[in-house]
Amino acid sequence: MTYLAKPKLHHPSLSKNQAGYTRRDYEGKISTLCAGCGHDSISASIIQACWELDIQPHRVAKLSGIGCSSKTPDYFLGNSHGFNSVHGRMPSVLTGANLANRDLLYLGVSGDGDSASIGLGQFAHCMRRGVNMVYIVENNGVYGLTKGQFSATADKGSKSKRGVVNSDEPLDMIGMALLLGATYVARSFSGDKKQLVPLIKGAIEHKGAAFIDVVSPCIAFNNHAGSTKSYEYVRQHNEAVNRLDFIEDHEEITADYAPGETVTVHQHDGSALRLKKIASDYDATDRVKVMNYLQEHGARGEVITGLLYIDPDSEDLHEHINTVDTPLNQLGAKDLCPGTPALEKINASLR
Amino acid sequence: MKPTDISNPDYFHKVVDCQWACPAHTPVPEYIRLIAAGRYDDAYMVNWKSNVFPGILGRTCDRPCEPACRRGRVEEGNVEMRKPTAHEDGPKAEPVAICRLKRVAADNKDDVAARMPKAPKQKNGKRIACIGGGPASLTVARDLAPLGYDITIYESDPKAGGFMRSQVPRFRLPEAVIDEEVGYITGIGNITMRTGQRVDSLKKIIAEGYDAVFVGTGAPRGRDLDVPGRAEAVKNVHLGIDWLASVSFGHIDKIGKKVIVLGGGNTAMDCCRSAKRLGGEDVKVIVRSGYEEMKASPWEKEDAIEEGIPILNFMVPKSCTVKDGKLTGMTFEKVKAEYDAKGRRNLVPTGEPEQFVECDDVLVAIGQENAFPWIERDAGLEFDKWNMPVVDKITFQSTHPKVFFGGDAAFGPKNIIWAVAHGHEVAVSIDKMMNNEDLQDRPLPAVAVVSQKMGIHEWSYDNDVSASLRHKVPWQDQKLTLKNIKVEVELGFDAKAGLAEAQRCLNCDVQTVFAPRLCIECDACVDICPMDCITFTPNGEEADVRKRLTAPSLHADQDIYASEPLRMTGRIMAKDEDVCLHCGLCAERCPTGAWDMQKYLVQMTHAGPGCRKPQRKAA
Repeated sequence: MTYLAKPKLHHPSLSKNQAGYTRRDYEGKISTLCAGCGHDSISASIIQACWELDIQPHRVAKLSGIGCSSKTPDYFLGNSHGFNSVHGRMPSVLTGANLANRDLLYLGVSGDGDSASIGLGQFAHCMRRGVNMVYIVENNGVYGLTKGQFSATADKGSKSKRGVVNSDEPLDMIGMALLLGATYVARSFSGDKKQLVPLIKGAIEHKGAAFIDVVSPCIAFNNHAGSTKSYEYVRQHNEAVNRLDFIEDHEEITADYAPGETVTVHQHDGSALRLKKIASDYDATDRVKVMNYLQEHGARGEVITGLLYIDPDSEDLHEHINTVDTPLNQLGAKDLCPGTPALEKINASLR
Repeated sequence: MKPTDISNPDYFHKVVDCQWACPAHTPVPEYIRLIAAGRYDDAYMVNWKSNVFPGILGRTCDRPCEPACRRGRVEEGNVEMRKPTAHEDGPKAEPVAICRLKRVAADNKDDVAARMPKAPKQKNGKRIACIGGGPASLTVARDLAPLGYDITIYESDPKAGGFMRSQVPRFRLPEAVIDEEVGYITGIGNITMRTGQRVDSLKKIIAEGYDAVFVGTGAPRGRDLDVPGRAEAVKNVHLGIDWLASVSFGHIDKIGKKVIVLGGGNTAMDCCRSAKRLGGEDVKVIVRSGYEEMKASPWEKEDAIEEGIPILNFMVPKSCTVKDGKLTGMTFEKVKAEYDAKGRRNLVPTGEPEQFVECDDVLVAIGQENAFPWIERDAGLEFDKWNMPVVDKITFQSTHPKVFFGGDAAFGPKNIIWAVAHGHEVAVSIDKMMNNEDLQDRPLPAVAVVSQKMGIHEWSYDNDVSASLRHKVPWQDQKLTLKNIKVEVELGFDAKAGLAEAQRCLNCDVQTVFAPRLCIECDACVDICPMDCITFTPNGEEADVRKRLTAPSLHADQDIYASEPLRMTGRIMAKDEDVCLHCGLCAERCPTGAWDMQKYLVQMTHAGPGCRKPQRKAA
């Protein structure tokens, strides 16, 4: 936590993107989270991704629930729309907003408590409906705001700060997202922006439910020996299956890792993602194989990261229910309420 | 990259750009903080210790600190679109007005006489002669008198001060300020002033049995103009520095209506502005070079233009025209600058017809040089092929072990702050010599490093970076200043403007100190840094690391602070010192205290026990 606002002065070379903004223009208020919180790095990654994609800040809606993670939308995209919902209810509010105005970019930011405990049902339905959104879970395995109790995603056998061993099975959000039909599923680590920023960019460009589980160490309550969500543990056990390298029509992402085989995934809407393979036997487009792979490697204690699954032929909620192209909030009363003859026509068709 | 050795006093000293650039290494941010705290006396004394003449320098310094100031680099790309307020300059990237803040301390202080050192009752029996009563000599005297040395200063003018008194016009530097600051030195005691006494023989001085002789006679000879008609026009063509001295001492109080000033240095600027006050109605500066290449400090050129004095460029004087024994004008050849393959400039005639400029008087300020007609060539000093005494660059000792040179007399014309810096070094040399020590063995500066942390978000310095632009120094009404040469033009900042300007200082002496063993690589510092200074990256050669920084490296002369490889990933922390705001947010956001803000106070070694070898004494 810092009392001073970040000085407005910036590096002399700071450049503007095609939307006419500098990266600093995508910042929000100064973070009030604990110093060193992984969530702040995720906020910085979102800022970077939005700047690189030339996104108009006023075309973004960021939604969140309750918790440390759900506070973060205040710390990025200060000129975007925001909604801080009831605990665990962000997915419903997001779904509603998306239905009313399909033109905005929806950014759901949640945590392991907000999404895996109180909001688990909401999370599940939002995924299975294929709402067009970026859903980021900032996953630290503890309830930071209430002093560090295990959350539902804490690994079995991991130790709390006070030495208590967790005896419950963890809730596997990646596994659930895959089962429930999410069409873009990724996991990353707050301490690896070179991996995380392209994944967020890919998710923003993706049409359909994009889910990113970001392991984000809690400095205050879950960064000790025996924790499986600490900076040290994740760094030692992080196994990336691939690197998202390139999104068509955008600048090449230059990163400092070894070259490998690249696969290009052509998506339904014409865009293409270039993935640099790290695990040679990994196929990110085969849902069943991905689930098996994750189970096998997860059992070995590996934290598998990267773009885990992508459905090139994804669809979203609006396609499922065949809504009009014009956002509902832009339709006039005449279109929304066509009158008695139209109603009678519908009723007749159902008789 | 090898990890940066921050225990080397020079490393963090260099980060304090202003202090590093100051020849006397004045701890600038230290005194600026004191000004901001309203502690003007303390701010003055910090200055006085380093540069001896804060009130004088606060008006006249050449300010090498300001072009070096980080604030100028930091504002680049940030302020160009800003709308300045009535009190602000710009909008352009500008350094802190360091020089004028020095004056704020001098103007607002209470009586500091009681804080000045006094000569001990017990003299040490060593007698030192200082020839010339300018800044260099006075500094030698100030450093040595409190140690018990018996100092005699010889000065040909009626009052001590040298260049500061004889050549800097009173509208830039009032007499009272010179009297006060020269008075602090003579007030120390053990200093005998022999004013009005021109030394005409070094041999005679040496024969008087001094233990050391310091030559601080400045660069007293103005270069003359050599064109046809010069000899006939002798009554109306004056050497700039001599003319300024005559004006200063009241021997000259008027000049013709039409005046040409030749030369593009600061002396030329003083000449033209003085002429304007002594009856010159049509005063012009005429320079061989272009405006940009003129030697005068930019602000001195601007001040002259502000007073309605045109500067005519690319005109080479050809001849003086005299009618009936009176100068009527000068003829100039128009030239242009051409650069050869090696980038050297040549002034070539444009072929345009020569230009005649009417005038009543000409002031020649085309350079000055050292002259030692009073040093006998058999006095025991070697002279080089340019007929200048051979002087050691470190010790300032001549080839005669007892004779030292400093100020303009040592290596040619520079300025007051360089003279002061030389004076300190000469005092160290003399003190070491009197203690039978090796003069070349100069101790490193004293360094104090103290964490500024007071609490989780509290620092003992104000880390909230001010967004304000450089403040304008208010001027006295031109109706008053152009009528009377003794009316000071600049009014100086008042306390309020002084405070606001002081807040622009970035506290570069409060260093970002990194402890790699504590770092957990959480990226918090990278994310918060407003200037994108910090990078965690695999190690490599410096040139390679510079290419991989979060923000591009803009100035290769600015250091990269590199850590040892970090525990978890083996990467290094690389911080580009270039545009760091020293806001301390990296340290505030660091969960483990790997970053800390530590004040790094560098104090140069002056004469006294500190410059000598440590003497062990039994307990």
